[in-house]
Amino acid sequence: MAAIPERLVAVHSESRTYTGIWSWLATVDHKRIGIMYILAGLFFMAFGGAEALIIRLQLWAPNSHVVSAETFNQLFTMHGVTMIFLVAMPILIGFINAIVPLQIGARDVAFPRMNALSLWLFVLGGLFLYSSFLFGSMPDAGWFNNAPLSELAFSKGLGVDFYDIGLQISGFGTLMTGINFLVTILNMRAPGMRLLRMPLFTWSALITMLLILFAFPPITVNLILQMFDRLFGANFFVVGNGGSALLWQNLFWIFGHPEVYIVILPAFGIISEIIPVFAKKVLFGYESMAMALSVIAFLSFMVWTHHMFADGLGPVVNSLFAITSMLIAVPTGIKIFNWLATLWGGKIHFTSAMLYALSFIPLFVIGGVSGIMLAMAPADLQYNDSYFVVAHFHYVLFGGTLMGALAALYYWFPKMWGRMLNEKLGKWNFWLVFIGFNVTFFPMHISGLLGMPRRISTYAPGNGWTIWNQISTIGAFILLAGMLILLYNLIQTFLHPADAPADPWDGRALEWSLTSPAPEYNFAQTPLVRGRDAYWLEKREGDGKLQPAEPAGPIHMPSPSLAPLGIALTIVLAGYGAVLHSTIIGGLFLLLTFVQIGRALLAEDHGFHVTPHVGGEAQ
Amino acid sequence: MSTQTHVAVHAAPATELQLPKDNRVLGLWVFLAGECAFFASLIGTYLGLHTATLHGPTGQQIFDLPLTTIATLILLSSSLTVVLGVQAMQRRDARGMQIWLWITALLGLFFLEFQGYEFYTFYNSGLTLHTSAFGSAFFTLTGFHGLHVLFGVFWILLLLFQSVKHGINEERTSKVFVMSLYWHFVDVVWVVLFTLVYLAGKVG
Ligand SMILES: [Cu+2]
Repeated sequence: MAAIPERLVAVHSESRTYTGIWSWLATVDHKRIGIMYILAGLFFMAFGGAEALIIRLQLWAPNSHVVSAETFNQLFTMHGVTMIFLVAMPILIGFINAIVPLQIGARDVAFPRMNALSLWLFVLGGLFLYSSFLFGSMPDAGWFNNAPLSELAFSKGLGVDFYDIGLQISGFGTLMTGINFLVTILNMRAPGMRLLRMPLFTWSALITMLLILFAFPPITVNLILQMFDRLFGANFFVVGNGGSALLWQNLFWIFGHPEVYIVILPAFGIISEIIPVFAKKVLFGYESMAMALSVIAFLSFMVWTHHMFADGLGPVVNSLFAITSMLIAVPTGIKIFNWLATLWGGKIHFTSAMLYALSFIPLFVIGGVSGIMLAMAPADLQYNDSYFVVAHFHYVLFGGTLMGALAALYYWFPKMWGRMLNEKLGKWNFWLVFIGFNVTFFPMHISGLLGMPRRISTYAPGNGWTIWNQISTIGAFILLAGMLILLYNLIQTFLHPADAPADPWDGRALEWSLTSPAPEYNFAQTPLVRGRDAYWLEKREGDGKLQPAEPAGPIHMPSPSLAPLGIALTIVLAGYGAVLHSTIIGGLFLLLTFVQIGRALLAEDHGFHVTPHVGGEAQ
Repeated sequence: MSTQTHVAVHAAPATELQLPKDNRVLGLWVFLAGECAFFASLIGTYLGLHTATLHGPTGQQIFDLPLTTIATLILLSSSLTVVLGVQAMQRRDARGMQIWLWITALLGLFFLEFQGYEFYTFYNSGLTLHTSAFGSAFFTLTGFHGLHVLFGVFWILLLLFQSVKHGINEERTSKVFVMSLYWHFVDVVWVVLFTLVYLAGKVG
């Protein structure tokens, strides 16, 4: 403490200041990083959505020729890759970035620069993936890119190379997010914020980061192996040279099933935040909720071969994995009943956020029930690779993840941007998305049961599939209308002045004790947490203000830096070197990357200090 | 100001530097947990493919146990020297720390020398990345371990460079300590590889 005053001036001059767009490119502030994650996720969602609409137009009528079969392969591949890796995960990670440090009473994340690096690896990795379009060959082997199909012998274009390297780059970013937030949540909680006092959104973030930590390395390895096969002539998946036809599937789904929970657990957390606030009740079964998250995470690593039931692994393996898969329904069921019990007898406020949160429950239950149907190995052989599977995972990923993300958008928008989204437009947005979603995806259960395989670019008339496809296509355009209203709402809101109150919803967790948006340093004084629902507690039993855990004083802040963006940029350029088989480009930029990483390892950031006024601007 | 790093630093007694318990250390432990999953995936791949030798040489034919044993001993002794370096650092003996870190980096380079020689002889006896799935898996698994050693050597050299130029302080102490944890991990992974790849491979 004593060292600050004399250091203050000198330190200030050391840290460069950036303005305008540069202040965003150089930011290490978790709140700004969160905002950029979400905006980039919405940007990629436009691409993923456009791909889906073209797919639906193509399937409107039998024997149609809107796009060629080759283009159709690229469309459904990129749609899946985009929605999972560039939309669902980043948007949820964006909310975790923006909100979790506030919920635990921290001033920042554990490694602010690494956090910026995670963001830029995702953004540039996603753009890298889409730049394959300019090279005339987008990934086309499906979102799980099964080998040997994705090997050179069967996928000659550069598309799969872009898949391997693009996902590798953005995956590194995700892995770093995992490390960063595990340390943040474990190490940087305010005094009194015990693990079992953390809001459930923070709990879900903690468990999600654990999943990322153990699920991403297998896909990292998988992508490396395939890169070696395709670029250097290795034989991991080349069956004729002793490679394995099952290796890719094993490594992919050891990652892939936990990945499903990486994109659903944060949504569980969001719902657990929103329902108590708008039902004006304490969340029912807090401990069992945290417990259920942990059990789901544990089980999620033991179910991966339910994606491989049709591989012929034998009845023993299939039965074992069918049982573990069905077991996951138990902790999930606990969560559903806890949410219902929280609603029971509550005074429910039907805000847009609450509508989205409420719609999550029945939609996720439908997705869960079809999931149990698919987990029954013998029955799965019937459903396998049909539209029934497509219906199932859209109910989970759209009805679950995206509905949760949209609930979070309406709920936390004032805290992130200092403005309230228009509630009237919000309700139009909700009802169109809700109706459009069900009209699009419910008929896919039926077309699937009627035998329509997924991923076919067209179909013959006379199978009874046409009408269900046409209903789906109509639903897709209702969905589009709903999302356009969201876009209009966002633009309208951004044009308004930032005038949101600090606590518009009468919230329960710590983030609502701060101004909207929260100041750069989050908490002028680190709060003392006295119980669960920490802010609510102070409003009900205290004087409505948080107790400080430290005296007021200058606050240490990390310096902004362009280094994370620089590192991400050279990594992506090295990626182009690899895709284009150019040792010079690849080697040069890899070298530049390591030079920058070396500098980052040696860097000693003394940061700078700000002195907050109570509830106001910093100097 | 009140971050955990600084609290740990200010609480340290003046005479002996305390080993840090800050974000960096927990971060490295978490990172190593991820690394375990990474090497587990590579090892699983190797174990799945190591019998697919096709017409190329098998491990039993080409593994040179005495050579690999010497390399193993060299790498293991570097774990001892890095501990001695950290202990010297705790005594604020910058010079002692630097000497032990130099020795550690040299031992790491010796190990890489052995690995380079091994790869070269295997290449000459007809085993490459594309000879067979065994070749692919062997070079990828041991190669990634070698890259970890190489990265560690560069890390040590960077920290040495910094400590020679600026001396040691609390933040650099934590950086050296974190590097030493990484170095131990890389050594432990090698013990697993030595057992599963070389010893088990030789026995057949
Ligand atoms: Cu699964």
